[in-house]
Amino acid sequence: MKVTVCIGSSCHIKGSRQVVEQLQDLVRENNLGEKVELSGTFCMGKCQQGVCVSVDEEFYSVTPDSVKNFFEENILSVLK
Amino acid sequence: MRKFDTKVQHLKYKVLREVARQAWNDTLLENVLDIPQIIVPGKTPTMRCCVYKERAILTERVKIAMGGNQEDDNIIEVIDIACDECPAAGYEVTDSCRGCLAHRCEDVCKRGAITFDANHVAHIDKEKCVECGQCAKVCPYTAIVNRKRPCQNACKIKAIEIKENGAAKIDKEKCTSCGACVYQCPFGAISDKSYILNAIDILKKSEHNKKSKVYAVVAPSISSQFRYAKLGQVISGLKALGFYTVVEAALGADMVAMEESKELVEKGFLTSSCCPAFVSYIKSSFPELIPYISHNLSPMAAISKYIKDTTPDAKVIFIGPCTAKKKEVQLESVRPYVDTVLTFEELQALFDSRDIDITTLGEDVLDNASYYGRIFARCGGLSDAVAEALKEQNIDDFTLKGISCDGIEACRSALMKKSKNLLDVNFIEGMACTGGCIGGAGCLTHGEKNKLEVDKYGMQAYEKTIEDAVSVLSLNKQKEE
Repeated sequence: MKVTVCIGSSCHIKGSRQVVEQLQDLVRENNLGEKVELSGTFCMGKCQQGVCVSVDEEFYSVTPDSVKNFFEENILSVLK
Repeated sequence: MRKFDTKVQHLKYKVLREVARQAWNDTLLENVLDIPQIIVPGKTPTMRCCVYKERAILTERVKIAMGGNQEDDNIIEVIDIACDECPAAGYEVTDSCRGCLAHRCEDVCKRGAITFDANHVAHIDKEKCVECGQCAKVCPYTAIVNRKRPCQNACKIKAIEIKENGAAKIDKEKCTSCGACVYQCPFGAISDKSYILNAIDILKKSEHNKKSKVYAVVAPSISSQFRYAKLGQVISGLKALGFYTVVEAALGADMVAMEESKELVEKGFLTSSCCPAFVSYIKSSFPELIPYISHNLSPMAAISKYIKDTTPDAKVIFIGPCTAKKKEVQLESVRPYVDTVLTFEELQALFDSRDIDITTLGEDVLDNASYYGRIFARCGGLSDAVAEALKEQNIDDFTLKGISCDGIEACRSALMKKSKNLLDVNFIEGMACTGGCIGGAGCLTHGEKNKLEVDKYGMQAYEKTIEDAVSVLSLNKQKEE
Protein backbone atom coordinates (compact mmCIF):
# COMPACT_ATOMS: atom_id res chain seq x y z
CA MET A 1 0.00 0.00 0.00
CA LYS A 2 1.40 3.36 -1.00
CA VAL A 3 0.49 6.33 1.18
CA THR A 4 1.55 9.72 -0.13
CA VAL A 5 1.36 12.92 1.90
CA CYS A 6 1.51 16.31 0.25
CA ILE A 7 4.33 18.41 1.70
CA GLY A 8 3.76 21.41 -0.61
CA SER A 9 3.37 24.92 0.80
CA SER A 10 -0.38 24.96 1.24
CA CYS A 11 -0.59 21.59 2.98
CA HIS A 12 2.54 22.33 4.94
CA ILE A 13 1.00 25.30 6.70
CA LYS A 14 -2.11 23.23 7.36
CA GLY A 15 0.05 20.75 9.23
CA SER A 16 1.44 18.16 6.85
CA ARG A 17 4.51 17.72 9.06
CA GLN A 18 2.28 16.75 11.97
CA VAL A 19 0.37 14.38 9.69
CA VAL A 20 3.62 12.83 8.50
CA GLU A 21 4.96 12.41 12.03
CA GLN A 22 1.77 10.79 13.27
CA LEU A 23 1.54 8.46 10.30
CA GLN A 24 5.15 7.39 10.78
CA ASP A 25 4.44 6.66 14.45
CA LEU A 26 1.21 4.80 13.70
CA VAL A 27 2.86 2.67 11.03
CA ARG A 28 5.66 1.82 13.45
CA GLU A 29 3.31 1.06 16.38
CA ASN A 30 1.27 -1.29 14.23
CA ASN A 31 4.31 -2.93 12.66
CA LEU A 32 3.17 -2.07 9.18
CA GLY A 33 6.55 -0.90 7.93
CA GLU A 34 6.66 -3.78 5.45
CA LYS A 35 3.19 -3.21 4.09
CA VAL A 36 2.89 0.58 4.00
CA GLU A 37 5.16 2.65 1.85
CA LEU A 38 5.00 6.25 3.03
CA SER A 39 6.13 8.96 0.66
CA GLY A 40 5.94 12.70 0.21
CA THR A 41 5.23 14.87 -2.77
CA PHE A 42 4.95 18.57 -3.52
CA CYS A 43 1.37 19.37 -4.44
CA MET A 44 -1.48 17.08 -5.47
CA GLY A 45 -3.38 19.90 -7.16
CA LYS A 46 -6.12 20.04 -4.52
CA CYS A 47 -4.68 22.70 -2.26
CA GLN A 48 -8.09 23.78 -0.93
CA GLN A 49 -8.63 20.32 0.57
CA GLY A 50 -5.29 19.92 2.35
CA VAL A 51 -3.67 18.21 4.02
CA CYS A 52 -3.85 16.05 0.92
CA VAL A 53 -3.13 12.36 1.37
CA SER A 54 -3.50 9.56 -1.12
CA VAL A 55 -3.77 5.83 -0.40
CA ASP A 56 -2.74 4.06 -3.57
CA GLU A 57 -4.69 6.21 -6.04
CA GLU A 58 -7.51 7.18 -3.67
CA PHE A 59 -7.55 10.80 -2.43
CA TYR A 60 -8.28 11.85 1.17
CA SER A 61 -8.40 15.15 2.98
CA VAL A 62 -6.74 14.84 6.39
CA THR A 63 -5.93 17.19 9.26
CA PRO A 64 -3.49 16.70 12.14
CA ASP A 65 -6.56 16.04 14.33
CA SER A 66 -8.21 13.53 12.03
CA VAL A 67 -5.12 11.55 11.07
CA LYS A 68 -5.64 8.82 13.67
CA ASN A 69 -9.18 8.13 12.47
CA PHE A 70 -8.04 8.29 8.89
CA PHE A 71 -5.32 5.73 9.62
CA GLU A 72 -7.67 3.32 11.34
CA GLU A 73 -10.36 3.54 8.69
CA ASN A 74 -8.37 3.62 5.51
CA ILE A 75 -5.10 1.91 6.29
CA LEU A 76 -5.35 -0.31 9.35
CA SER A 77 -8.78 -1.79 8.62
CA VAL A 78 -7.85 -2.48 5.02
CA LEU A 79 -4.64 -4.27 5.91
CA LYS A 80 -5.91 -6.31 8.84
CA MET B 1 7.51 51.49 -7.76
CA ARG B 2 10.36 50.98 -10.20
CA LYS B 3 10.71 47.53 -11.60
CA PHE B 4 14.39 47.82 -12.57
CA ASP B 5 17.49 49.61 -11.37
CA THR B 6 18.65 50.81 -14.79
CA LYS B 7 17.50 51.55 -18.31
CA VAL B 8 19.89 48.90 -19.57
CA GLN B 9 17.97 46.26 -17.65
CA HIS B 10 14.74 47.70 -19.02
CA LEU B 11 15.98 47.42 -22.58
CA LYS B 12 17.10 43.83 -22.02
CA TYR B 13 13.69 43.12 -20.51
CA LYS B 14 11.87 44.54 -23.54
CA VAL B 15 13.81 42.21 -25.82
CA LEU B 16 13.15 39.20 -23.60
CA ARG B 17 9.46 40.04 -23.35
CA GLU B 18 9.09 40.36 -27.11
CA VAL B 19 11.00 37.14 -27.82
CA ALA B 20 8.85 35.36 -25.23
CA ARG B 21 5.63 36.84 -26.62
CA GLN B 22 6.43 35.59 -30.12
CA ALA B 23 7.43 32.19 -28.74
CA TRP B 24 4.14 31.71 -26.89
CA ASN B 25 2.31 32.58 -30.12
CA ASP B 26 4.51 30.26 -32.21
CA THR B 27 5.44 33.24 -34.39
CA LEU B 28 9.05 33.68 -33.33
CA LEU B 29 10.58 32.15 -36.45
CA GLU B 30 8.60 34.32 -38.86
CA ASN B 31 8.96 37.53 -36.84
CA VAL B 32 12.42 37.25 -35.34
CA LEU B 33 13.94 39.71 -37.79
CA ASP B 34 11.25 42.29 -37.02
CA ILE B 35 11.83 42.39 -33.27
CA PRO B 36 14.45 45.20 -33.36
CA GLN B 37 12.00 47.37 -35.31
CA ILE B 38 9.18 46.52 -32.91
CA ILE B 39 11.33 47.80 -30.05
CA VAL B 40 12.76 50.83 -31.87
CA PRO B 41 9.95 51.74 -34.26
CA GLY B 42 10.55 55.36 -35.32
CA LYS B 43 13.29 57.19 -37.17
CA THR B 44 14.66 59.08 -34.17
CA PRO B 45 17.41 57.37 -32.23
CA THR B 46 16.90 57.29 -28.47
CA MET B 47 20.05 55.53 -27.34
CA ARG B 48 22.76 55.58 -29.99
CA CYS B 49 23.87 57.63 -33.00
CA CYS B 50 21.19 56.30 -35.33
CA VAL B 51 18.29 53.86 -35.32
CA TYR B 52 20.23 51.51 -37.59
CA LYS B 53 22.94 50.99 -35.01
CA GLU B 54 20.30 50.64 -32.32
CA ARG B 55 18.59 47.94 -34.33
CA ALA B 56 21.84 46.21 -35.18
CA ILE B 57 22.61 45.96 -31.48
CA LEU B 58 19.07 44.84 -30.75
CA THR B 59 19.53 42.03 -33.25
CA GLU B 60 22.43 40.84 -31.10
CA ARG B 61 20.31 41.17 -27.97
CA VAL B 62 17.61 39.07 -29.58
CA LYS B 63 20.20 36.36 -30.29
CA ILE B 64 21.28 36.33 -26.65
CA ALA B 65 17.65 36.26 -25.51
CA MET B 66 17.25 33.18 -27.69
CA GLY B 67 20.14 31.35 -26.05
CA GLY B 68 23.11 33.15 -27.60
CA ASN B 69 26.13 31.66 -29.33
CA GLN B 70 25.69 27.89 -29.18
CA GLU B 71 29.37 27.23 -29.83
CA ASP B 72 30.40 29.13 -26.75
CA ASP B 73 29.36 27.51 -23.48
CA ASN B 74 30.22 30.59 -21.43
CA ILE B 75 27.08 32.18 -20.04
CA ILE B 76 28.36 35.74 -20.26
CA GLU B 77 28.73 37.22 -23.75
CA VAL B 78 30.04 40.53 -25.04
CA ILE B 79 28.08 42.30 -27.75
CA ASP B 80 31.05 43.77 -29.62
CA ILE B 81 29.12 46.45 -31.50
CA ALA B 82 27.44 47.62 -28.30
CA CYS B 83 30.73 48.04 -26.45
CA ASP B 84 31.56 51.74 -26.29
CA GLU B 85 35.27 50.95 -25.92
CA CYS B 86 35.43 53.17 -22.84
CA PRO B 87 38.73 54.82 -21.93
CA ALA B 88 40.85 52.49 -19.87
CA ALA B 89 43.75 54.67 -18.87
CA GLY B 90 43.62 53.88 -15.15
CA TYR B 91 44.38 56.55 -12.52
CA GLU B 92 44.78 60.04 -13.92
CA VAL B 93 45.15 63.51 -12.48
CA THR B 94 42.41 65.82 -13.75
CA ASP B 95 42.13 69.59 -14.14
CA SER B 96 40.80 69.74 -10.60
CA CYS B 97 44.35 69.44 -9.26
CA ARG B 98 45.09 72.82 -7.74
CA GLY B 99 48.79 72.31 -7.22
CA CYS B 100 48.46 72.36 -3.44
CA LEU B 101 51.24 72.27 -0.89
CA ALA B 102 50.22 69.23 1.10
CA HIS B 103 51.06 66.63 -1.56
CA ARG B 104 49.18 63.90 0.25
CA CYS B 105 49.15 62.00 -3.03
CA GLU B 106 52.92 61.93 -3.11
CA ASP B 107 53.22 60.87 0.53
CA VAL B 108 50.78 58.01 0.22
CA CYS B 109 52.26 56.58 -3.00
CA LYS B 110 54.56 53.75 -2.03
CA ARG B 111 55.85 53.43 -5.58
CA GLY B 112 57.02 56.99 -5.99
CA ALA B 113 54.83 57.36 -9.05
CA ILE B 114 53.70 60.93 -8.32
CA THR B 115 55.75 63.85 -9.66
CA PHE B 116 54.99 67.56 -9.90
CA ASP B 117 55.49 70.02 -12.72
CA ALA B 118 56.56 73.65 -12.49
CA ASN B 119 53.02 74.65 -11.45
CA HIS B 120 53.03 72.05 -8.64
CA VAL B 121 50.39 70.05 -10.47
CA ALA B 122 50.62 66.30 -9.88
CA HIS B 123 51.36 63.73 -12.59
CA ILE B 124 51.28 59.96 -12.41
CA ASP B 125 54.16 57.97 -13.86
CA LYS B 126 52.34 55.07 -15.53
CA GLU B 127 55.51 52.96 -15.51
CA LYS B 128 55.54 52.99 -11.71
CA CYS B 129 51.80 53.17 -10.90
CA VAL B 130 50.22 49.90 -9.75
CA GLU B 131 46.69 51.29 -9.72
CA CYS B 132 46.29 50.95 -5.96
CA GLY B 133 44.12 54.07 -5.82
CA GLN B 134 45.54 55.48 -2.59
CA CYS B 135 46.31 58.87 -4.18
CA ALA B 136 42.73 59.24 -5.36
CA LYS B 137 41.50 58.47 -1.86
CA VAL B 138 43.60 61.11 -0.12
CA CYS B 139 43.27 64.00 -2.57
CA PRO B 140 41.16 66.71 -0.87
CA TYR B 141 39.94 67.94 -4.28
CA THR B 142 39.07 64.47 -5.62
CA ALA B 143 41.29 65.50 -8.50
CA ILE B 144 42.51 61.99 -9.23
CA VAL B 145 40.08 59.69 -11.00
CA ASN B 146 40.18 56.10 -12.06
CA ARG B 147 39.48 55.84 -15.75
CA LYS B 148 38.87 52.17 -15.53
CA ARG B 149 36.26 50.47 -17.60
CA PRO B 150 33.15 49.71 -15.56
CA CYS B 151 33.25 46.10 -16.72
CA GLN B 152 36.86 45.64 -15.66
CA ASN B 153 36.15 47.43 -12.43
CA ALA B 154 33.20 45.11 -11.78
CA CYS B 155 35.22 42.00 -12.54
CA LYS B 156 37.37 41.70 -9.45
CA ILE B 157 38.88 38.44 -10.62
CA LYS B 158 40.24 40.15 -13.75
CA ALA B 159 38.54 38.00 -16.33
CA ILE B 160 37.91 40.92 -18.69
CA GLU B 161 40.58 41.91 -21.17
CA ILE B 162 40.54 44.48 -23.93
CA LYS B 163 40.83 43.30 -27.49
CA GLU B 164 42.96 45.07 -30.10
CA ASN B 165 39.86 46.71 -31.55
CA GLY B 166 39.11 48.14 -28.12
CA ALA B 167 36.09 45.96 -27.26
CA ALA B 168 35.92 43.97 -24.05
CA LYS B 169 36.77 40.28 -24.14
CA ILE B 170 35.98 37.65 -21.52
CA ASP B 171 38.60 35.16 -20.46
CA LYS B 172 36.49 32.02 -20.33
CA GLU B 173 39.00 30.15 -18.19
CA LYS B 174 38.65 32.72 -15.44
CA CYS B 175 35.01 33.82 -15.82
CA THR B 176 32.78 32.53 -13.02
CA SER B 177 29.57 33.71 -14.74
CA CYS B 178 28.74 35.86 -11.71
CA GLY B 179 27.35 38.56 -13.99
CA ALA B 180 28.89 41.55 -12.17
CA CYS B 181 30.00 43.00 -15.52
CA VAL B 182 26.54 42.44 -16.99
CA TYR B 183 24.99 44.55 -14.28
CA GLN B 184 27.70 47.22 -14.35
CA CYS B 185 28.24 47.85 -18.08
CA PRO B 186 26.51 51.21 -18.70
CA PHE B 187 25.96 50.37 -22.37
CA GLY B 188 24.51 46.92 -21.80
CA ALA B 189 27.25 45.51 -23.95
CA ILE B 190 27.69 42.42 -21.80
CA SER B 191 24.80 40.08 -21.27
CA ASP B 192 23.95 36.67 -19.89
CA LYS B 193 22.55 34.08 -22.25
CA SER B 194 18.87 33.57 -21.70
CA TYR B 195 17.09 30.24 -21.61
CA ILE B 196 13.64 31.79 -21.56
CA LEU B 197 12.75 29.86 -24.73
CA ASN B 198 13.65 26.57 -23.03
CA ALA B 199 11.35 27.51 -20.17
CA ILE B 200 8.48 28.34 -22.53
CA ASP B 201 9.07 25.11 -24.41
CA ILE B 202 8.94 23.07 -21.18
CA LEU B 203 5.73 24.82 -20.09
CA LYS B 204 4.09 24.34 -23.49
CA LYS B 205 5.05 20.68 -23.79
CA SER B 206 3.65 19.92 -20.35
CA GLU B 207 0.19 20.68 -21.82
CA HIS B 208 -1.09 22.24 -18.61
CA ASN B 209 0.89 19.79 -16.49
CA LYS B 210 -0.75 16.74 -18.04
CA LYS B 211 2.25 15.42 -19.99
CA SER B 212 4.71 16.49 -17.31
CA LYS B 213 4.58 18.51 -14.11
CA VAL B 214 6.56 21.73 -14.22
CA TYR B 215 8.00 22.75 -10.86
CA ALA B 216 9.32 26.24 -10.19
CA VAL B 217 12.10 26.16 -7.63
CA VAL B 218 12.55 29.73 -6.43
CA ALA B 219 15.49 31.21 -4.60
CA PRO B 220 14.82 32.86 -1.22
CA SER B 221 16.11 36.19 -2.52
CA ILE B 222 12.74 36.45 -4.27
CA SER B 223 11.58 38.01 -0.99
CA SER B 224 13.56 41.14 -1.88
CA GLN B 225 12.22 41.25 -5.45
CA PHE B 226 8.91 42.11 -7.13
CA ARG B 227 8.37 44.56 -4.31
CA TYR B 228 5.60 46.26 -6.25
CA ALA B 229 3.46 43.21 -5.45
CA LYS B 230 3.09 40.65 -2.66
CA LEU B 231 5.13 37.46 -2.67
CA GLY B 232 1.90 35.45 -2.70
CA GLN B 233 0.94 37.23 -5.91
CA VAL B 234 4.23 36.25 -7.51
CA ILE B 235 3.39 32.63 -6.68
CA SER B 236 -0.06 33.05 -8.24
CA GLY B 237 1.65 34.57 -11.27
CA LEU B 238 3.90 31.53 -11.63
CA LYS B 239 0.88 29.25 -11.59
CA ALA B 240 -0.87 31.51 -14.12
CA LEU B 241 2.17 31.02 -16.36
CA GLY B 242 1.52 27.30 -16.22
CA PHE B 243 3.75 26.03 -13.43
CA TYR B 244 2.29 23.07 -11.56
CA THR B 245 3.59 24.26 -8.21
CA VAL B 246 6.30 26.33 -6.59
CA VAL B 247 8.89 25.03 -4.13
CA GLU B 248 11.38 27.00 -2.08
CA ALA B 249 15.04 26.45 -2.93
CA ALA B 250 15.46 27.40 0.72
CA LEU B 251 14.25 23.92 1.67
CA GLY B 252 17.24 22.66 -0.31
CA ALA B 253 19.27 25.08 1.78
CA ASP B 254 17.92 23.46 4.95
CA MET B 255 18.95 20.07 3.55
CA VAL B 256 22.40 21.44 2.72
CA ALA B 257 22.83 23.00 6.18
CA MET B 258 22.14 19.63 7.79
CA GLU B 259 24.47 17.68 5.53
CA GLU B 260 27.19 20.29 5.33
CA SER B 261 27.44 20.55 9.12
CA LYS B 262 28.02 16.78 9.31
CA GLU B 263 30.58 16.93 6.53
CA LEU B 264 32.32 19.79 8.30
CA VAL B 265 32.66 17.83 11.54
CA GLU B 266 33.96 14.82 9.61
CA LYS B 267 36.53 16.70 7.52
CA GLY B 268 37.48 19.49 9.91
CA PHE B 269 37.65 22.17 7.22
CA LEU B 270 35.27 23.08 4.41
CA THR B 271 34.49 25.73 1.86
CA SER B 272 30.81 26.13 0.98
CA SER B 273 29.41 24.82 -2.28
CA CYS B 274 26.20 26.86 -2.54
CA CYS B 275 27.49 29.70 -4.67
CA PRO B 276 28.46 28.36 -8.10
CA ALA B 277 30.65 31.37 -8.88
CA PHE B 278 32.63 30.85 -5.66
CA VAL B 279 33.10 27.15 -6.44
CA SER B 280 34.14 27.95 -10.00
CA TYR B 281 36.60 30.55 -8.68
CA ILE B 282 38.26 28.01 -6.36
CA LYS B 283 38.53 25.56 -9.23
CA SER B 284 40.17 28.05 -11.57
CA SER B 285 42.30 30.06 -9.17
CA PHE B 286 42.97 27.92 -6.08
CA PRO B 287 43.09 24.35 -7.41
CA GLU B 288 45.02 23.24 -4.32
CA LEU B 289 41.89 23.96 -2.26
CA ILE B 290 39.54 21.86 -4.41
CA PRO B 291 39.58 18.94 -1.92
CA TYR B 292 38.04 21.21 0.69
CA ILE B 293 34.99 22.19 -1.38
CA SER B 294 31.89 20.69 0.24
CA HIS B 295 30.66 17.65 -1.66
CA ASN B 296 27.07 18.70 -1.09
CA LEU B 297 24.95 19.72 -3.99
CA SER B 298 23.85 23.35 -3.96
CA PRO B 299 20.44 24.08 -2.41
CA MET B 300 18.98 24.44 -5.92
CA ALA B 301 20.30 21.05 -7.00
CA ALA B 302 19.48 19.31 -3.69
CA ILE B 303 15.79 20.21 -3.71
CA SER B 304 15.51 19.63 -7.46
CA LYS B 305 17.01 16.17 -7.02
CA TYR B 306 14.42 15.44 -4.34
CA ILE B 307 11.62 16.53 -6.67
CA LYS B 308 12.93 14.45 -9.56
CA ASP B 309 13.49 11.42 -7.33
CA THR B 310 9.95 11.52 -5.99
CA THR B 311 8.07 12.66 -9.09
CA PRO B 312 9.11 10.83 -12.24
CA ASP B 313 7.30 13.14 -14.62
CA ALA B 314 8.65 16.35 -13.06
CA LYS B 315 10.40 19.14 -14.93
CA VAL B 316 12.27 21.67 -12.82
CA ILE B 317 12.88 25.30 -13.67
CA PHE B 318 15.01 27.20 -11.17
CA ILE B 319 14.24 30.91 -10.81
CA GLY B 320 16.73 33.08 -9.01
CA PRO B 321 18.97 36.12 -8.91
CA CYS B 322 21.93 34.31 -10.37
CA THR B 323 23.58 34.10 -13.78
CA ALA B 324 26.13 31.58 -12.49
CA LYS B 325 23.34 29.07 -11.82
CA LYS B 326 22.97 28.91 -15.61
CA LYS B 327 26.53 27.65 -15.69
CA GLU B 328 26.03 25.32 -12.72
CA VAL B 329 23.31 23.38 -14.55
CA GLN B 330 25.84 22.50 -17.25
CA LEU B 331 27.67 20.35 -14.67
CA GLU B 332 27.20 16.58 -15.00
CA SER B 333 26.30 16.40 -11.32
CA VAL B 334 23.47 18.92 -11.62
CA ARG B 335 22.15 18.57 -15.18
CA PRO B 336 19.81 15.63 -14.45
CA TYR B 337 17.92 17.59 -11.81
CA VAL B 338 17.40 21.07 -13.20
CA ASP B 339 15.96 21.46 -16.68
CA THR B 340 16.65 25.15 -17.06
CA VAL B 341 17.37 28.36 -15.16
CA LEU B 342 15.67 31.76 -15.27
CA THR B 343 16.61 34.99 -13.53
CA PHE B 344 14.14 37.31 -11.82
CA GLU B 345 14.64 39.70 -14.75
CA GLU B 346 13.54 36.96 -17.10
CA LEU B 347 10.60 36.04 -14.90
CA GLN B 348 9.35 39.62 -15.10
CA ALA B 349 9.61 39.44 -18.90
CA LEU B 350 7.78 36.12 -18.87
CA PHE B 351 4.90 37.53 -16.79
CA ASP B 352 4.53 40.49 -19.12
CA SER B 353 4.82 38.37 -22.26
CA ARG B 354 1.56 36.79 -21.12
CA ASP B 355 0.14 40.14 -19.93
CA ILE B 356 -0.05 38.79 -16.40
CA ASP B 357 -0.29 41.72 -13.99
CA ILE B 358 0.58 40.01 -10.74
CA THR B 359 -0.75 42.93 -8.68
CA THR B 360 -4.28 41.95 -9.73
CA LEU B 361 -3.93 38.32 -8.64
CA GLY B 362 -4.85 36.66 -5.35
CA GLU B 363 -2.18 35.60 -2.90
CA ASP B 364 -1.01 32.02 -3.04
CA VAL B 365 1.33 30.56 -0.42
CA LEU B 366 4.99 29.61 -0.40
CA ASP B 367 6.16 27.91 2.76
CA ASN B 368 8.50 24.93 2.75
CA ALA B 369 11.70 26.02 4.43
CA SER B 370 12.85 27.22 7.85
CA TYR B 371 14.16 30.62 8.81
CA TYR B 372 17.68 29.30 8.34
CA GLY B 373 17.14 27.99 4.84
CA ARG B 374 15.64 31.29 3.82
CA ILE B 375 18.48 33.48 5.08
CA PHE B 376 20.92 31.71 2.74
CA ALA B 377 19.94 34.54 0.39
CA ARG B 378 22.15 37.00 2.19
CA CYS B 379 25.77 36.85 3.20
CA GLY B 380 26.24 35.26 6.63
CA GLY B 381 23.04 33.22 6.45
CA LEU B 382 24.80 30.03 5.45
CA SER B 383 27.19 30.20 8.41
CA ASP B 384 24.29 30.89 10.78
CA ALA B 385 22.46 27.88 9.38
CA VAL B 386 25.46 25.56 9.75
CA ALA B 387 25.89 26.72 13.37
CA GLU B 388 22.21 26.05 13.99
CA ALA B 389 22.40 22.60 12.37
CA LEU B 390 25.32 21.67 14.65
CA LYS B 391 23.28 22.82 17.63
CA GLU B 392 20.14 20.95 16.59
CA GLN B 393 22.12 17.76 16.17
CA ASN B 394 23.65 18.24 19.62
CA ILE B 395 27.14 18.22 18.20
CA ASP B 396 29.00 20.01 20.96
CA ASP B 397 32.51 18.60 20.59
CA PHE B 398 33.06 20.70 17.48
CA THR B 399 33.38 24.47 17.51
CA LEU B 400 32.43 26.22 14.31
CA LYS B 401 34.81 28.97 13.44
CA GLY B 402 33.55 30.37 10.19
CA ILE B 403 34.26 33.33 7.98
CA SER B 404 31.52 34.78 5.78
CA CYS B 405 33.04 36.28 2.66
CA ASP B 406 30.92 39.06 1.27
CA GLY B 407 31.81 39.44 -2.40
CA ILE B 408 34.49 37.83 -4.53
CA GLU B 409 37.30 40.05 -3.21
CA ALA B 410 36.64 38.90 0.34
CA CYS B 411 36.53 35.33 -1.00
CA ARG B 412 39.89 35.79 -2.68
CA SER B 413 41.44 37.20 0.46
CA ALA B 414 40.23 34.28 2.61
CA LEU B 415 41.24 31.66 0.02
CA MET B 416 44.64 33.28 -0.38
CA LYS B 417 45.23 33.12 3.37
CA LYS B 418 43.99 29.54 3.53
CA SER B 419 46.32 28.49 0.72
CA LYS B 420 49.21 29.88 2.74
CA ASN B 421 47.92 28.34 5.96
CA LEU B 422 47.36 31.74 7.51
CA LEU B 423 43.63 31.42 8.09
CA ASP B 424 42.46 30.34 11.51
CA VAL B 425 38.94 29.19 10.62
CA ASN B 426 37.36 25.83 9.81
CA PHE B 427 34.61 27.01 7.46
CA ILE B 428 34.62 29.49 4.59
CA GLU B 429 31.23 30.72 3.40
CA GLY B 430 31.86 32.20 -0.01
CA MET B 431 29.42 34.54 -1.74
CA ALA B 432 30.66 35.94 -5.04
CA CYS B 433 28.13 38.76 -5.13
CA THR B 434 28.30 41.61 -2.67
CA GLY B 435 25.65 41.09 -0.02
CA GLY B 436 25.16 37.48 -1.10
CA CYS B 437 22.49 36.29 -3.54
CA ILE B 438 20.46 39.47 -3.07
CA GLY B 439 23.29 41.22 -4.90
CA GLY B 440 22.98 38.85 -7.86
CA ALA B 441 23.13 40.18 -11.40
CA GLY B 442 19.75 38.67 -12.26
CA CYS B 443 17.91 40.67 -9.60
CA LEU B 444 15.43 43.27 -10.82
CA THR B 445 16.49 45.70 -8.13
CA HIS B 446 19.35 45.94 -5.67
CA GLY B 447 19.29 47.93 -2.47
CA GLU B 448 20.18 48.33 1.16
CA LYS B 449 16.75 47.18 2.30
CA ASN B 450 16.97 43.81 0.58
CA LYS B 451 18.79 42.16 3.48
CA LEU B 452 16.04 43.27 5.84
CA GLU B 453 13.44 41.85 3.48
CA VAL B 454 15.20 38.48 3.47
CA ASP B 455 15.41 38.42 7.27
CA LYS B 456 11.75 39.38 7.54
CA TYR B 457 10.81 36.61 5.12
CA GLY B 458 12.93 34.22 7.17
CA MET B 459 11.06 35.12 10.34
CA GLN B 460 7.74 34.42 8.63
CA ALA B 461 8.64 30.79 7.93
CA TYR B 462 6.20 28.31 9.43
CA GLU B 463 9.06 26.06 10.50
CA LYS B 464 11.42 27.49 13.06
CA THR B 465 14.11 24.82 12.99
CA ILE B 466 16.05 23.16 10.20
CA GLU B 467 15.23 19.75 11.63
CA ASP B 468 11.49 20.36 11.41
CA ALA B 469 11.75 21.73 7.88
CA VAL B 470 13.66 18.73 6.55
CA SER B 471 11.76 16.15 8.63
CA VAL B 472 9.01 15.76 6.02
CA LEU B 473 11.64 14.74 3.48
CA SER B 474 12.57 11.74 5.63
CA LEU B 475 9.52 9.95 4.22
CA ASN B 476 11.29 9.25 0.99
CA LYS B 477 14.69 8.77 2.55
CA GLN B 478 13.45 5.78 4.56
CA LYS B 479 12.43 4.21 1.31
CA GLU B 480 15.91 4.59 -0.12
CA GLU B 481 17.46 3.02 2.95
